[in-house]
Amino acid sequence: MAIFDYAPAPESRDLARLKPHYGIFIDGAFRDGTGEAIKTINPATEEPLAEVAEAGVSDVDDAVRAARRAYDNVWGSMPGRERAKYLYRIARAIQERGRELAVLESLDNGKPIKESRDTDIPLAAAHFFYYAGWADKLGYAGFGPNPQPLGVAGQVIPWNFPLLMAAWKIAPALAAGNTVVLKPAETTPLTALVLAEIIAECDLPPGVVNILAGGPEVGQALTEHPGIDKVAFTGSTEVGKAIQRALAGTGRRLSLELGGKAANIIFEDAPIDQAVEGIVNGIFFNQGHVCCAGSRLLVQESIADEVLPALQRRLGTLRMGDPLDKNTDIGAINSAVQLARIRELADSGDDEGASRWTAPCDIPDRGFWFPPTIFTGVSQANRIAREEIFGPVLSVLTFRTPSEAVEKANNTPYGLSAGIWSEKGSRILWTAQRLRAGVVWANTFNRFDPASPFGGYKESGFGREGGRHGLEAYLAY
Amino acid sequence: MTVTGTQQSEITRDESSLRRFLHGLPGVDQVGAQDRAAALATRSIKTTAKAWAIDAAISMVDLTTLEGSDTHGKVRSLAAKARRPDPSDLSTPTVAAVCVYPDLVATAVEALRGSKVGVASVATAFPSGRASLATKLHDVREAVAAGATEIDMVIDRGAFLSGRYGQVFDEIVATKAACGTAHLKVILETGELVTLDNARRASWLALLAGGDFIKTSTGKVTPAATPPVALVMLQAVRDFAADHGAVRGVKLAGGIRSTKDAVRYLVMVNEVAGEQWLTPDLFRFGASTLLNDLLQQRHKLATGAYDGPDYVSMD
Repeated sequence: MAIFDYAPAPESRDLARLKPHYGIFIDGAFRDGTGEAIKTINPATEEPLAEVAEAGVSDVDDAVRAARRAYDNVWGSMPGRERAKYLYRIARAIQERGRELAVLESLDNGKPIKESRDTDIPLAAAHFFYYAGWADKLGYAGFGPNPQPLGVAGQVIPWNFPLLMAAWKIAPALAAGNTVVLKPAETTPLTALVLAEIIAECDLPPGVVNILAGGPEVGQALTEHPGIDKVAFTGSTEVGKAIQRALAGTGRRLSLELGGKAANIIFEDAPIDQAVEGIVNGIFFNQGHVCCAGSRLLVQESIADEVLPALQRRLGTLRMGDPLDKNTDIGAINSAVQLARIRELADSGDDEGASRWTAPCDIPDRGFWFPPTIFTGVSQANRIAREEIFGPVLSVLTFRTPSEAVEKANNTPYGLSAGIWSEKGSRILWTAQRLRAGVVWANTFNRFDPASPFGGYKESGFGREGGRHGLEAYLAY
Repeated sequence: MTVTGTQQSEITRDESSLRRFLHGLPGVDQVGAQDRAAALATRSIKTTAKAWAIDAAISMVDLTTLEGSDTHGKVRSLAAKARRPDPSDLSTPTVAAVCVYPDLVATAVEALRGSKVGVASVATAFPSGRASLATKLHDVREAVAAGATEIDMVIDRGAFLSGRYGQVFDEIVATKAACGTAHLKVILETGELVTLDNARRASWLALLAGGDFIKTSTGKVTPAATPPVALVMLQAVRDFAADHGAVRGVKLAGGIRSTKDAVRYLVMVNEVAGEQWLTPDLFRFGASTLLNDLLQQRHKLATGAYDGPDYVSMD
């Protein structure tokens, strides 16, 4: 046993104020959906948390109609300074219910409470605060003197950052004067539905925001609905392509934030201790369920023998287990389906000849778990170097020169993010100019700020979210 | 990568090889180091873990008085406190050492006779270190002769900042020799070295020169011990042990007043250096007021209620 054995420090589950049943939110009111209700489960225990009403196709029609009415009658013509007041109110309400939202997020998603508490929820509030500030200054955002909203936006978000992704989608859309219909992911609908409660309590005019839980059919009905003007989707590249095909020729606007296979490049002159932290944060943050995760470690050969043992030693201190324990570093995999996919891809790494190293972790008996895993001896041709795993699995490749690092980093169909570690400023700039990735972090990784645009190259999608740039997706000019 | 004795003597052969080595150490990214220290501070240490940490912290305290107004009486009363920190609860561990100026060492030795509490003395023209080497070494020899078991020296920060690493190295080596069997703690005064890169280089310099402990500060300069500096120094002893096979200690001094801070540093020791360092032989807090807060928190855990500052002795 450890000398200094951290006693359990669980956050209280009661803070989540779980309800037995959650409805869908249309035109300012909750109601039952016409789809079949589902049970959402706690991925750390497989226990059911609540029953959630799912929307049917007719609910999508109702929601789009409500959003259109709200756009035509109230929101589209409301002065920006008035819209801003609502956004500020929502931001403050998220902060006030921050603990509740954090616990609920960890229960429904499986992520550690320290991440939902310190990252997801504060950033969600920060996005509303940030875009509230833009609402009355759109003429100064660089999109002409009098940019106009698009109308009704249909938004579909993933399960990895449920509330944060809702904030990323809703805040800029509302700031620009659009109304929205948002579909959270089927496995993680709860915090979005509490956001709907918050929105109702903030007296947002009915229909400005509509939130419908549901599966892929609901997502398809929404993204292909003729009554919307704009689709924003975050999720897999496969679904993103299908949406783009369906929207081709309709004239509706589209922004896609899809998969990634980011390179995290460690040069020999890197600050090694901080680079090790950056590698850990890059791929093991949120169990690797991060589209911009640094899933390919490119380490310069001259320091590989130094970096890998340091990384393994560090992974030995990660604590996997109860997501509600404040000392948990690695939580549960979000679903059985995702766990199966991670296992399948990790097994392909073994089959293709890479060497697997697994961090020493006790795996709980119930729930979906995958310990932090590193593959060394990976080649660019291996599936684990090319396909997005979306789990806590790091593929390690080496390089000899800066040019080789850039070539390998860019040799992927994706281009969402990249990391560079070096104490030499000129090397960072040289490398960043050559990386084809939407976000390039230098001496940090997975750092987010509402003022900073985020989005991809190539099969990682197009359009930007966050910052001034994030307004463009919701404005005509 | 283990460094052999020959390689170590290569590193320290002359000024330029020492400089090449120190400047070849990986840089410290300040933002990253601050983030890591802040993340470690979010660990939640409760119940049994907190009880263990409080007792461990008490046993790691160098109970310190370093004032111009110190007297024999003050030192005797401090020694009594060190022997028996909490007369109402004899299960309370004793502290590691008392730390005094050289002229008061004899008094402390006398007052602590028969106990396991060590006597540490600051020396080498503490706190500025601005004296000739001969004077500094004389200071050390006097303290050792008076019975000090541990010597807390200061490095010549002026020499370090002007790049005369060889001079700093030689002074540490000479001080170590003057210590005889007494343990040598090398005070880097990181508040005057300012950058984390300097903290790392000074740590390695002191370890290569034979310091048994590296210590953050004199307590006379602000900032004193900070979480990022502690992080960098713990990394240094960890990496030095891996490279050279010699396990050296870290002492944090200055500004650590609360149990919460002490527990956070123990978490850092545990997760950065490793649990091997969780012993008074390898980790110390230089403090005066910290002990009383630890004792009050210890009461709180045992009884469920705070009993206030009047229930612990003021020394």
